[in-house]
Amino acid sequence: MADKRTTVDDIVGELRSGMTIGIGGWGSRRKPMAVVRAICRSDLTDLTIVAYGGPDVGLLCAAGKVRKVVCGFVTLDSIALDPHWRAARQHGRVEVMEVDEGMFFLGLQAASWRVPFLPTRAGLGSDVLSFNPDLRLVRSPYGAGSPYVGDPADADVELVAMPALRLDAAIVHTNRADPAGNGQVLAPDPFFDTLFLGAAERRFVTTERIVADGTLADGSHPLSTVPIHRMLTDGVAETPGGAHFTANPPDYGRDEAFQKEYAAAAADPAEWEAFAGRYVLVSEDEYQARRRERQDP
Amino acid sequence: MTDPLADPGVTRAEFCVVACADVWHGAGEIMASPFGTIPALGARLAKRTFAPDLVLTDGEAALMVGAPPIATPPAELVREAAMPYRSVFDVVWSGRRHIMMMASQIDRTGNQNISAIGPHDRPKVQLVGVRGAPGNSVNHTTSYWVPDHNARSFVEQVDVVSGVGYARAAAAGAGATRFHDVRRVVSNLGVFDFETPDRTMRLHSRHPGVSVDDIVAATGFALRIPDDAPETRLPTPAELDLIRVVLDPGSARDREVRS
Repeated sequence: MADKRTTVDDIVGELRSGMTIGIGGWGSRRKPMAVVRAICRSDLTDLTIVAYGGPDVGLLCAAGKVRKVVCGFVTLDSIALDPHWRAARQHGRVEVMEVDEGMFFLGLQAASWRVPFLPTRAGLGSDVLSFNPDLRLVRSPYGAGSPYVGDPADADVELVAMPALRLDAAIVHTNRADPAGNGQVLAPDPFFDTLFLGAAERRFVTTERIVADGTLADGSHPLSTVPIHRMLTDGVAETPGGAHFTANPPDYGRDEAFQKEYAAAAADPAEWEAFAGRYVLVSEDEYQARRRERQDP
Repeated sequence: MTDPLADPGVTRAEFCVVACADVWHGAGEIMASPFGTIPALGARLAKRTFAPDLVLTDGEAALMVGAPPIATPPAELVREAAMPYRSVFDVVWSGRRHIMMMASQIDRTGNQNISAIGPHDRPKVQLVGVRGAPGNSVNHTTSYWVPDHNARSFVEQVDVVSGVGYARAAAAGAGATRFHDVRRVVSNLGVFDFETPDRTMRLHSRHPGVSVDDIVAATGFALRIPDDAPETRLPTPAELDLIRVVLDPGSARDREVRS
């Protein structure tokens, strides 16, 4: 069995400017922040970020890495709005493809299933269609005479054709993984990580700890905690604390004090430079040392 | 038990809780998804009284047993089934849900905005994003909670249609109207519905202590006003006891709506 172990820096080394990159997790929860930080330190630029947005989006916008964001929202959960994202939008520095969060799910699902679109009611009547003029409707081919029409209101009905959201690369973070590329989520919600991986050309898992192949579901955890199988994975990197400062239970909760400091750094360019100098433009080892120091001084 | 009729101290926040609870009257076995403290209290009050089959989430990835106090620590919640976000869409698109979302703006025909204020390509104020509002509003019953009713939140036309109102749903066709049902809007001043011939917003009831003139002055469009707009109903003694003693002894409700 292939050994897919790699490093955060090697993952980022496989990315290119202009790529469309999917980032797993949801809001300020289980985000692959070690990779996000490494992208901030890299010379990558002009990225399209596809995410259930949290501080991954805000941090990459603040670092000037982003041309466009595909999302339904950007939030820090305990802080409703990410001020870095707000600043980028309010200064017109980033484009957005804003869609309903269920449309977003179907876009990843369509890419994962290799179909060009999936139909949904979500989006009909809303400004999601006005602001994304390339989105199209699709008319059901099942008309009034069809044996497949159960609800007469569905005959010839027009629905949104949510296009496949194809990704050049996807990165997700898990609690545990094995060298073969299976990924374990010990929190109750796997979010949409399998679909990000399924929608992508190059698929990367970062994790708190790599354990021996075949030991993820060893009796203390049921198989249902391993939603990511190795057919979805090209590389696995161990990076303890790699989701910090987002929540990654049961390994750690959200570092609320740190998140506040991150949000406050949006106040002005000098604040951001100080924050970036201390926590962004440093190696991951240095970052982890500094955040441990502020947590247990 | 407290007797509200003898007790002049029923607060505005408590009227709001009861008005929110009442949106789930007769809802049956569906998911109630309240956003905001007062809607959360309303859903729990409804479940403990007239809507016992309501399904509530723990705010994370599970359905919870009962309707515990809103300040219950997550570790003390009892859960009955898994409900990760991916499964939430199964519920949303099956229609077995009545959500009460908040609205930064809401307009005459029931469009809601939580996305942005000003032009969308470069907003004056970036808000959270449309989230699930477009899909929610055309798939299942939707109500709104606006804790600060004023002419900037109740507007003629929202800047970004996130949740879809009646006119926009009608214009979008049968796919949008089939399951569309914007039921109620509850604000700190009153309760509103769309039970008018042209499906524009109407005053349903005004909270005690609020006049029709107050509401008209705080609304940025021509609201339908019935000849005899009733007052929002009083909580029963049992309901008031549940709100004050059981569900919210810390009075979080008063921090969302002041009397």
